[in-house]
Amino acid sequence: MKPPPFDYHGPVTLGEALDVLAEAGPDGKVLAGGQSLIPLLNMRLAAPAHIVDVNRVPGLDGIEAGQDGVRVGALARHAAVERSPEAAALPLLRQALRLVAHPVIRNRGTVVGSLVHADPSAEMPAVLALLGGSVRLAARGGEREVAAADFFTGPMESALRPGELAVSAFFPALPGRSGTAFHEVSRRHGDYAVAGVAAAVTLDEDLRVTAARVACVSVGPVPVVVDVTTACGPRPAGSAGWEAAAAAVRDRIEPEGDIHATADYRRHLTGVLAVRALRDAAAAAHGEEA
Amino acid sequence: MTTRLFGEPVQRREDARLVTGGGRYLDDLGAGALAAAFVRSPHAHARILDIDVSAALDVEGLVAIYTWEDLPGALAEPLPLLIPHPALTHGRTAYPLAKEIVRHVGEPVVMVVAPDRYLAEDACALIRVDYEILKPVVGIEEAAGGAHLVHEDVPGNVGAHLVQEVPGHGGVPAREAVDAAPHRLEFRLDIERSACTPLEGKGVYARWDADDGSLRIYSSTQTSTSVRMAIAAKLGLPLPKVEVVAPDVGGGFGVKIVHPWPEEILVPWAARLLNREVKWTEDRREHFVSSSHERGQVQRVRAGFDDDGRVLGLEVEILHDHGAYTPYGIIVPIITSTQLLGPYKVGAYRVEFSSLYTNTVQVTPYRGAGRPQGVFCMERTMDKIAAYLGKDRTEVRAANFIQPGEFPYDQGLMFQDGRPLIYDSGDYPEALRMLKELIGWDSFAEDKARAAAEGRRIGIGVGCYVEGTGVGPYEGGHVQITSDGRVHVSTGLTSQGQGHETVFAQIAATELGVPIEKVSVVTGDTRRFGYAVGTFASRAAVMSGNAIALACRKVREKALRIAAEALEADPRDLEITDGTVHVAGVPSASIPLATVAVLSNPLRYAFDEEARRATQFAGAGSDDRPPVAEGEEPGLEGRDYYSPVRSTFAAGMHAAIVETDPDTAEIRILRYAVVHDCGKLINPMIVEGQIHGGVAQGVGGALYEKMAYDEHGQLLNASFMDFLMPYATEVPHIETAHLETPSPLNPLGIKGAGEAGVIPVSAVIASAVEDAEGIAIDRMPISPSDLHHLRLER
Repeated sequence: MKPPPFDYHGPVTLGEALDVLAEAGPDGKVLAGGQSLIPLLNMRLAAPAHIVDVNRVPGLDGIEAGQDGVRVGALARHAAVERSPEAAALPLLRQALRLVAHPVIRNRGTVVGSLVHADPSAEMPAVLALLGGSVRLAARGGEREVAAADFFTGPMESALRPGELAVSAFFPALPGRSGTAFHEVSRRHGDYAVAGVAAAVTLDEDLRVTAARVACVSVGPVPVVVDVTTACGPRPAGSAGWEAAAAAVRDRIEPEGDIHATADYRRHLTGVLAVRALRDAAAAAHGEEA
Repeated sequence: MTTRLFGEPVQRREDARLVTGGGRYLDDLGAGALAAAFVRSPHAHARILDIDVSAALDVEGLVAIYTWEDLPGALAEPLPLLIPHPALTHGRTAYPLAKEIVRHVGEPVVMVVAPDRYLAEDACALIRVDYEILKPVVGIEEAAGGAHLVHEDVPGNVGAHLVQEVPGHGGVPAREAVDAAPHRLEFRLDIERSACTPLEGKGVYARWDADDGSLRIYSSTQTSTSVRMAIAAKLGLPLPKVEVVAPDVGGGFGVKIVHPWPEEILVPWAARLLNREVKWTEDRREHFVSSSHERGQVQRVRAGFDDDGRVLGLEVEILHDHGAYTPYGIIVPIITSTQLLGPYKVGAYRVEFSSLYTNTVQVTPYRGAGRPQGVFCMERTMDKIAAYLGKDRTEVRAANFIQPGEFPYDQGLMFQDGRPLIYDSGDYPEALRMLKELIGWDSFAEDKARAAAEGRRIGIGVGCYVEGTGVGPYEGGHVQITSDGRVHVSTGLTSQGQGHETVFAQIAATELGVPIEKVSVVTGDTRRFGYAVGTFASRAAVMSGNAIALACRKVREKALRIAAEALEADPRDLEITDGTVHVAGVPSASIPLATVAVLSNPLRYAFDEEARRATQFAGAGSDDRPPVAEGEEPGLEGRDYYSPVRSTFAAGMHAAIVETDPDTAEIRILRYAVVHDCGKLINPMIVEGQIHGGVAQGVGGALYEKMAYDEHGQLLNASFMDFLMPYATEVPHIETAHLETPSPLNPLGIKGAGEAGVIPVSAVIASAVEDAEGIAIDRMPISPSDLHHLRLER
């Protein structure tokens, strides 16, 4: 379990990093937290000719909160975002990050790295998808902002092109009287979820559900976002149709079986977790109002 | 300070070193050595057509590439079949490097030696092996079907077939006893594969001294003495020219008792051939596919019993998945067959096993070594009988217990050491009473009803076992007191973190009357002690502990004899306290052991003040006797061996309370209680640590661990990401109580404790989940997904 040979690059400016990536093209791979890339290298499942270590590039570790949402830089570690007062404006970030692997991995791994890795079992892609966020991709010659719906293209596949560096991700704020929750079941503490559901619920002035969405992990090639507003509302949160919403979610997802769980169990479980997450999200929305 | 240390919870003396990074594990050694790496088979069953190494020859600094064709003499023969048995009619072992056929994914085919591991793996990646793929045999059912063969010359894939039968009263065979019983049950049980997965994999580092013609090998092994003999034999070297040292070893749990591993002889061979230091450190992926697995059995059970739940007849048929090879013989299914009986008297018993070859990693003992499967079988049987009769599960067990007055109790079978299965001592009713009190068995029904009222499901489970520990043939101990007053203890068996440096020092300090700080312990170094068997079968404390005690007694006797002469006293009046020999009741008439050590070795030359006292003009000796008396030896040292007539039988009973989520089917262990009897305790804290570690591995076997092979014989979860060893977060707090029933078989009255914790856990968790859910649990491990489907099938 030693990596195959590669050229190591340690750029110290963003421009230099983008130059190196442009020259490396499809043979280049960005190293940030290394929590997925290094094991892939050691198992020789990935063999990029060039590793571009961006850890020395200044200005990429920002966590900025504004009225409209939270922007997280490429080098912001999971743990930094989890503890950041700025990110606290979006409770879902912390709710999700607590479920990401273990503290030592969160100390090193990055939020943006997790998005680019695009594992459909991972929490942060589901959060970005649920909130309708975006990823900012820089290349020599320009930047583009790609919406979550377009960014995740398949298991471990994203819209990132050769030569591009994901410099930040933007997690939009929810409207007033909104609440969120993230529930998952994993085989062991900190493992990838067998199934997981992130939920966002928005209430109106009369505390009726006006918007309800879930994003499901481990049950499709990409995070599966389901709008369950129709199934839930417009009814008071206490009598909302959570079970109907769960049924809608079970219909939409495409789970597969593996050595840890059957597809049927995943479908069942996702419904259970959808009810729990929607209930908790509604309660949080209610709490925000109170 | 007191020197009475036996039985005290002395802090582990090795921990400061091990937890602060001071350990020296195999990969910490030989920084300048060449690295070996292996090309391993990607196929479960295939014929090697061609090996093309040409592309690898360009790798920078490449030193050597070896295939089977390069192996000389005994190296080219199959690896030893370590434990032959008459029933193992078709024993098969692998070649160090595959010859013609590969029989499991991970089997070594080509060895590469390069300046470092990176380059060695680069070369491996460039070596092209052409295979003709053969039909793999995967899983017990497919092996038993026999449509395809793992070894062409082993019909039906049956390596071994063994029947043991203990008839009932009047010679009634088990089948008739079952048929004649008032009640009968028949069922099938399935137990998955798991593996030892020590945190440190295997590893070998060899240094050849060409001028001296000698070889020193460091190996992460559970038996350095036997590895030494294997290497000497395979390489044709005189035994005195081979030294094997087990450095700090990061866990073994059974896998490192198997030897010699291919790498254990190939690395020394290459070091000698190349006249360079060579090292191989196994990586995690290699460990999963090229070491050993265990557990894997299907059991068919027929039980006949009376109205009280007493088992009148028991018939068990076991299909045992042995993987591709049988280097460790049929120890695992033999232990399952014999230890299945646990603390119970069964009217008539018949057990039959077939050991089957499959195209998967070989099966050799893993902590528990066949007992978890046997206990699962017996304890499931007890629970089923209780359910059938509507009785309390502990009542049914109690009705079958061997009683305290019935020891020694002969089960009528032959055990894993080839000797009769005779239990030496135990008190099972008392252990059960203690367990029920510890877990609150009798009040659990109320707890369960209260939980149910809150919409929660909880269940309680119980499991009992007896473990034959301390198997022979022998171990030895050597104890030397030097003229600085220090006590040097050595024994040949090895340590993998059990705490031997502490418990053996406790024994020596107690026997010799010296402060423990003066005692140092060396294990697993053939330079210090050449005769040993190894560390396995919960035998180290029993075997080496007693041998060291006996060696200490020899040294003590000699010390008292020499001191008596110096003090002009009767040796029978002498005591040793805090390292000083003195006349009982007369503290002033004393002589330090250090001085006794000086006097024990008459000298011509002095090199320090102490030594002057023993030189020829110091007037220590008598003029009319030889300085070393007839029958004596110079020095204050002793060596002795302990060789028991048979094993000593420890026992334990566990109980657990679990909660199952009605919606997600998650299973959580709320409480876990252990009553444990390993005879006299040397160090209760270390015994508890052993139990905790064992239970943790048992939780793995019950809820998490399996070897997920697909139909092609590919192991789908060969990493710690997908092979789910429990974390600390999955292991409950473990409540422990000790019962001490001394063994009458050995001087210290002790029994083994190393494997105990793991043995009944699957049975206990199955029992508890069954109680919570009201669904029969006949297959382990059980995952939430499994439980969900069992609920749907209800």
